[in-house]
Amino acid sequence: MIEVSNLTKRYAGRTAVDDISFTVARGEIVGLLGPNGAGKSTTMRVLSGFMPATSGTVRVAGFDVFHDADETRRRIGYMPENNPLHPEMRVREYLKFRARLKGLGWKKSRERVTTVMEQCGLADVGRRIIGQLSKGYKQRVGLADALVHEPELIILDEPTIGLDPQQIRSVRALIKSLAGSHTVLISTHILPEVEMMCGRVLIMLDGRVLASDTPENLQRRMAGGSQVIAEIAAPAAALRAVWENLPEVAQFDVTAGEGEFFRCALTPRDGQDLRPLIFNLARVNGWTLRELTRSRHSLEDIYMQVTRPTTEEAE
Amino acid sequence: MRIFWTLLRRELGTFFLSLTGYVIIAAVALIVGSTFVMLIHNMGTKPFAMPVTQLFFNSFMYWLLVILVAPAITMRLFALEKASGTFETLMTTSVGDLQVVAAKFSAAIFFYMVTWLPTLAGLVIIQRFTNQPKLDLGVVGGMYLGIFLSGCLFLSIGCLASALTKSQMVAAVVSLAVGVILFVLAYMAQVLPGAAASATDALYYFNLFKHMEDFTRGVVDTRTVIFYATATFLFLFLTLRVVESRRWK
Repeated sequence: MIEVSNLTKRYAGRTAVDDISFTVARGEIVGLLGPNGAGKSTTMRVLSGFMPATSGTVRVAGFDVFHDADETRRRIGYMPENNPLHPEMRVREYLKFRARLKGLGWKKSRERVTTVMEQCGLADVGRRIIGQLSKGYKQRVGLADALVHEPELIILDEPTIGLDPQQIRSVRALIKSLAGSHTVLISTHILPEVEMMCGRVLIMLDGRVLASDTPENLQRRMAGGSQVIAEIAAPAAALRAVWENLPEVAQFDVTAGEGEFFRCALTPRDGQDLRPLIFNLARVNGWTLRELTRSRHSLEDIYMQVTRPTTEEAE
Repeated sequence: MRIFWTLLRRELGTFFLSLTGYVIIAAVALIVGSTFVMLIHNMGTKPFAMPVTQLFFNSFMYWLLVILVAPAITMRLFALEKASGTFETLMTTSVGDLQVVAAKFSAAIFFYMVTWLPTLAGLVIIQRFTNQPKLDLGVVGGMYLGIFLSGCLFLSIGCLASALTKSQMVAAVVSLAVGVILFVLAYMAQVLPGAAASATDALYYFNLFKHMEDFTRGVVDTRTVIFYATATFLFLFLTLRVVESRRWK
């Protein structure tokens, strides 16, 4: 659905997006993840056809977004950052205006507006003035606008920013409901959001795509470095000696816990699962084992790890 | 074309459904009305030496109004949309740049002409309650043509200023400044000896006062009409280029 190849966007003196390439298949929900200023919004603006790329090509549904702007715009529903709306208009009036701008006929636009208002839970606020709506409702108006011309591709730039948890939930549910019938590209810097909604993640930093995979795969890839935490009641020296001699343990750290328990953080070699091994050791030695957990890397850890170099530079 | 009408409707909507729109209409009505009252007072019951339309436009009041009202109308057009981000949602729909510029300018000039409608009442009052010679339809038509053409010029300047910036204030100040420069040029053309007399002098074409005087006498000089039309098209063309410029690499 989206083919981005060697896309570069330079603003005067600054490179916002640096030679990125990626593809998004039809029906996918893809999350663009990255800190502020990573180039997410710029990428989306180029995709939406608002700005041209400095170099490289972007194709949506096989059409070049720059040369076949009319064809691609018809296929894209775009909600920019901060969801700009006309605050003085009424919800229904605004959506109808937008539908007309997107080339829908009189009757068709009426039909579609009613449908998307239903879909986005706006049926009760059609006569309200947008400026007086709560932020959650405004966000839904933005979403309804993006959906009104039945686009194949929906591009949402930070759709849940500034919402309260309840509103975030409903907006997320709405986006999730689009899966299958639409291709969705969402940008965010909120990690759980990506984990919850997206089938695939693109991590961006400094205008580059650092990683692109499913959240699960990213986690698995990082699992090699995951630690096992074991709390065992045993002499510290004995514990140290055991870990030292165990070939499967690459690294260990023993700290005093409550009472006679020691907390051992073990890093396995080659991503092995150390837990059965530890249990057997405890059984053989007659130690009391209180806790045995493998810390799975959350997307947040991955994100922190991938984006670390610059955050340190910044400090 | 369908999209143009949709855009025009919405632009007119923002003029007529907002407080600022009515403030502008009221302010113009107030100034025009008080000028009119002054005129009547000064003249008493004697017949005017020239058409009443010309009397009004011979005062600087008209130019003061145009210079002030044009920025007030146009400053919002592009700058507000750029500042609030709706420009981005607008330009990513099926609209063309030309449609946007045309719709915004058409709405501005339509609204501008509406602000001048109260002057009709003044003309009717003169006709009915004084013993002035009957107003010639040509004179009235010339007057409104003059208002329209000079409005086009000043509004197109305002459009360009608004397209250049995100700030409504900057847009207003720029178009006000250009308006004042035009006014000063016109003034120079008026007072410098010989300048206004010869059509070969470039300054001659900037004598806005003379243009308006002709229009209000019912004289429509094609040179003047062409001057206003080309200047308006020039500024609208530049506006269009500025709107397009975001797509330049």
